[in-house]
Amino acid sequence: MVKFSEDKLKEVQSMIDRYPEGKQKSALIPLLHLAQEEFGGWLSAETMDYVGSLLGIEPIEVYEVATFYSMYNLKPVGKHVFEVCHTGPCMLRGSDDIIGYIKTKLGIKVGETTEDGMFTLKTVECLGACGYAPMMQMGIDYREHLTEAKVDEIIAACRNKQ
Amino acid sequence: MATKLLLAKAHVEGISHFEVYRREGGYAAVEKALKMEPAAIVEEVKKSGLRGRGGAGFPSGMKWSFLAKPEGVPRYLVCNADESEPGTFKDRYLMEFLPHLLIEGLIVSSFALGSNRTYIYIRGEYAWIVGILEQAIAEAKQNGFLGKNILGSGFDCEIYVQRGAGAYICGEETALIESLEGKRGNPRIKPPFPAIKGLWDCPTVVNNVETLAAVVPIMNMGGEEYAKIGVGRSTGTKLISACGNINKPGVYEIDMTISVEEFIYSDEYCGGIANGKKLKACIPGGSSVPILPANLLLTTAKGEPRLMNYESLSDGGFATGSMMGSGGFIVLDEDQCIVKHTLTLARFYRHESCGQCSPCREGTGWMEKILGKIESGKGAISDIDLLWDIQRKIEGNTICPLGDAAAWPVAAAIRHFRDEFEWHVNNPELCLTQNFGLAHYADPIHVPA
Repeated sequence: MVKFSEDKLKEVQSMIDRYPEGKQKSALIPLLHLAQEEFGGWLSAETMDYVGSLLGIEPIEVYEVATFYSMYNLKPVGKHVFEVCHTGPCMLRGSDDIIGYIKTKLGIKVGETTEDGMFTLKTVECLGACGYAPMMQMGIDYREHLTEAKVDEIIAACRNKQ
Repeated sequence: MATKLLLAKAHVEGISHFEVYRREGGYAAVEKALKMEPAAIVEEVKKSGLRGRGGAGFPSGMKWSFLAKPEGVPRYLVCNADESEPGTFKDRYLMEFLPHLLIEGLIVSSFALGSNRTYIYIRGEYAWIVGILEQAIAEAKQNGFLGKNILGSGFDCEIYVQRGAGAYICGEETALIESLEGKRGNPRIKPPFPAIKGLWDCPTVVNNVETLAAVVPIMNMGGEEYAKIGVGRSTGTKLISACGNINKPGVYEIDMTISVEEFIYSDEYCGGIANGKKLKACIPGGSSVPILPANLLLTTAKGEPRLMNYESLSDGGFATGSMMGSGGFIVLDEDQCIVKHTLTLARFYRHESCGQCSPCREGTGWMEKILGKIESGKGAISDIDLLWDIQRKIEGNTICPLGDAAAWPVAAAIRHFRDEFEWHVNNPELCLTQNFGLAHYADPIHVPA
């Protein structure tokens, strides 16, 4: 069953306390981030319903938000998610080549997860790192100035962490 | 050497911490402001001529003066840190390296507007910056610059950071407010404007990060002195985030008197085009503003050098000019394919359309499809005309400016580079074999004279 620990519930309360009384729905977006981190990197219907119950709002109010924002995963993802930017400024500095390299290296297409569940590859739209392109997001970090060698290092480091 | 009002201290060791920032003269603007009448602060910002740095360029002092002040109703200041316009990464730089400058600007502005609860809405992907800002807020609070009765003035203020979750549209102020209320980022129909009915239906001002940071030098030097920097209605300094095919991508503070040519070729700024290539085109103010071929970028249609300011960048209107926008300066070298580049932008806007208005929801999808068709060598000349027709029907027909923002890049690409679209149509076998358009385009048409 999906449930936050006591510590996390304190964090939830401090999120709700940032808003005036009765406006707890404002905590929905930060709470969904927290739930995604805590419950396996994605938002199941059960997780979303649980978040809704914490805020006293209807499940549909949670679903309509979770489906709108691109950072929420609505299906399971790999342990490490590579989100490579491919908008104009990154394209100008070779993001297509980097995406191609990662595809070959991991043997997956964009949107897929490796069989061992380690890596998911996604392409995303502008992440505000245009001057440091090509780049990708991994969890809460940005990896910038990507080269093939740097991608190799990142993948090796992820595998070593196992 | 250019005047630096915002980034002057960016390289001081430890400047992201309160003690160092304070030692370098930080928080003097708060001390000064709290001894003034709030209305007098609004007056200083008006005198400064500061224009919104998020992209629209609306006079900030005027925006502040629209804020309704009904008795017994809270007012809110919201800092727009949703920086998502492709090519733009200046607010990120300010927040990462000078968090206290933003917090100081927020305290002064909150006092001027009467906001006791101020929110920073930051794009969800800038997750690590949340910690930097919260640290700065905690330090300011420990030192009596936030919380109850700030510096004995009787003014209370708290600042909270709210993370978004990936949606370009939330940079539009009413979509941002919806998102802050825990909803989908669907822009609201205006009027009423946020100044009357904003966050939780209360009077609200939404300002960009750089705009609020600029309030600090305005306070310190006075609005009139600030207005002496720059030229015409482009007062003060502007942060430009430069990217694309240049030698020195990065964030630069300029006073708005320098020429575009100096900005691109001087070693103080972009350092010229990368790999010894030639300049082909540039989008000077974030992906939404019109792209300009090199000749029109460097000189206006009147033959004058084009300058890095609001008036000069828009000189000639959309026929021969562009816009300052957000300051996201995207440079394309001679090898770059305009059709492919425009396609990536069309895909971006299709992905980011909130879906409320039909012209934008449907139109952005069709523009991406047709551009994809042309780019892959499967297009016809009539597709170029169809593309032109679609963008024209989006522009001006949507609740928020995302529709215009999606239409303008396509319109400008066809306006200035129609020959390149036609090349794709007429050379399908080359497009198909290369599959990435005009890679190593040998004979660029658009080079400076």
